[in-house]
Amino acid sequence: MNTVYMDNNATTRVAPEVVEVMLPYFSDLYGNPSSMHTFGGQVGHAVDEARGKIASLLGAGPDELIFTSCGTESDSTAILSALQSSPGKRHIVTTRVEHPAVKNLCENLDKLTGHKHKVTQLPVNSDGTLDLNLYEESLSDETAIVSAMWANNETGVIFPIKEMAEIAKSRGILFHTDAVQAVGKIPINLSQVPIDFLSLSGHKLHAPKGIGVLYVRKGTPFVPFIIGGHQEHGRRGGTENVASIVGLGKACEMAAKQMQDENTRVKGLRDKLEDGLLASIPSSLLNGHKTLRLPNTTNISFEFVEGEAILLHLDRFGICASSGSACTSGSLEPSHVMRAMGVPFTAAHGSIRLSLSVYNTEAEVDFVLEKLPPVIAQLRAMSPFWQGEHKGKTGSSQCKCSCS
Amino acid sequence: MWEYTDKVRDHFMNPRNVGEIENADGIGEVGSLACGDALKLFFKLDDAGRIADAKFKTFGCASAIASSSALTEMIKGMPLEEAEKVTNEDIAEYLGGLPKEKMHCSVMGREALEAAIAYYRGIPLPMAEGEVVCECFGVTDIEVRRAIAESNLRSVEEITNFTKAGGGCGKCHERLEELLREARHEVQQIIPDKRPTRLTNIQKIKLIEEVLGREVRPTLRKDGGDIELVDVDGDFVIVSLRGACGSCKKSQTTLKEYVEKKLREQVLDTLIVEEGK
Ligand SMILES: Cc1ncc(COP(=O)(O)O)c(C=O)c1O
Repeated sequence: MNTVYMDNNATTRVAPEVVEVMLPYFSDLYGNPSSMHTFGGQVGHAVDEARGKIASLLGAGPDELIFTSCGTESDSTAILSALQSSPGKRHIVTTRVEHPAVKNLCENLDKLTGHKHKVTQLPVNSDGTLDLNLYEESLSDETAIVSAMWANNETGVIFPIKEMAEIAKSRGILFHTDAVQAVGKIPINLSQVPIDFLSLSGHKLHAPKGIGVLYVRKGTPFVPFIIGGHQEHGRRGGTENVASIVGLGKACEMAAKQMQDENTRVKGLRDKLEDGLLASIPSSLLNGHKTLRLPNTTNISFEFVEGEAILLHLDRFGICASSGSACTSGSLEPSHVMRAMGVPFTAAHGSIRLSLSVYNTEAEVDFVLEKLPPVIAQLRAMSPFWQGEHKGKTGSSQCKCSCS
Repeated sequence: MWEYTDKVRDHFMNPRNVGEIENADGIGEVGSLACGDALKLFFKLDDAGRIADAKFKTFGCASAIASSSALTEMIKGMPLEEAEKVTNEDIAEYLGGLPKEKMHCSVMGREALEAAIAYYRGIPLPMAEGEVVCECFGVTDIEVRRAIAESNLRSVEEITNFTKAGGGCGKCHERLEELLREARHEVQQIIPDKRPTRLTNIQKIKLIEEVLGREVRPTLRKDGGDIELVDVDGDFVIVSLRGACGSCKKSQTTLKEYVEKKLREQVLDTLIVEEGK
């Protein structure tokens, strides 16, 4: 059975070209980049070269990049650094739809730092967008850092990071963005956007898992998270994950070249898929803003059916997708993103995310368009709530608790 | 990815008895869209009072659908009195087991059956009478108490796995803890317990010393170790492990699985044993 992989926001295939440039660093070129000898030194050069390629994708300076082990480490490092470098300030502004890497960290800071922190989690509109006025009002002299994701992993919705960063800068507040989903998919030019910290993760852009980068703007105060040797100019101890760094360099170089393709052909495929599903399946709703969105992501709710059941049926056809339903998350409630957007409960449990990459083909889109509608129809025929005549109206049942 | 048995997969992919029964004798509806799963169960009796036909409609995940399908297969042909005795554990067992986080799917099946039987008899549903403990998922104390007793639940997390109670905003966790404590005392009442319910600190320390001296120390000494009581602070029993035990990597296991167990059995079942630094 062929795998139709449409879960690229979860992780991506490592590009064959990336694997190829990595291989020598597992065999012949095993030197330590910090060594004095030429044998290690050549490896150091490879790391420098990769750093340059990554910097150029971001419009950053090579010295502004710190290699980390993953996006999560980058997020933790940035936020904890900001709190330590402005010890008098105990307020953080973030959003309700952040990835757990930021959300759970912010919610558990008290335990980590031993200090009480005030965390403002900004709400989002029903289309997942952010209200800039609310954002501006939330900032105060107490605010140490703003952490807002560039693009949402579940819906693909893009936040106005440039405007947000400018506002923070004008108030002297540090600004971090989790750009794990944005890097490689949409153009980013940090010479134009005054952010202080940016996180990215290799495995979301066809590099391997286990490599991340934290961008720290020149001049931004920085306190290391992992302390040890002098690697990364003492900003992150630990011998470099050389092969992965080289791979990430290649992946960034390729992403720059493929940016056009991603935003035209892949976007076209996504649109075909999305429009096709919305048209052929009644009572289906798009989650997230129609245009302020990553080119590869679509998140659709099918009312009156449950996401895990949909995924398992798709799995039978080799189609890989994911869901914001309660059952798939291992919790009993739909994802925090769906809840923050106020997606009706009739629909939140049946949300499916399909996320494409440059490797997807039109034939694959057609295959999903053929297989998915009957799955929904089959599950609905079994659903006690499905009347066959809902005409896209949503039910009125809501969460009764006061948590959301 | 959930680890489902082949039986669960089969009943999910090819659910038996999907549909509704016209003029059904029993109809039971549980769950809601908001909760993420719901089941509507129908049955028809024959002249002898046996379940001649059963059908269902389910909104929910794979295990909810599989549990519903399994339930209808199980009860078909059963006299009502026998069907009444089907428990959620029976449903889970029929399916070759369910992941523990999914046990509430089997509970939902059983509750739908109870609701359908109550409907047939024209009596109110006992479950609905209780006090609503978990507002997010509309779970009553009666449901929680029963799950604790029948499935021998020991933590809030387990209660959530079985009934969903506590899986939302979390505000009811304290109340659930209370129900757990109450259930434990009930159990103690049923099995006569020679242990005194209240101990003064001195009594507690004496008893602990006694158990350590009589059972624990001799066992540890056999392996070249020893144990010393350092302090007792409320329920916390601070000990130090000596000799072979102290350096043994398994000392944590020894402490919890052996020492704590012994003390709980013979002194007080709320004791927590920790190693002093
Ligand atoms: C928005 C976002 N932030 C952070 C992460 C975490 O990245 P990593 O898996 O590299 O730690 C992810 C990936 O799951 C993500 O989508």
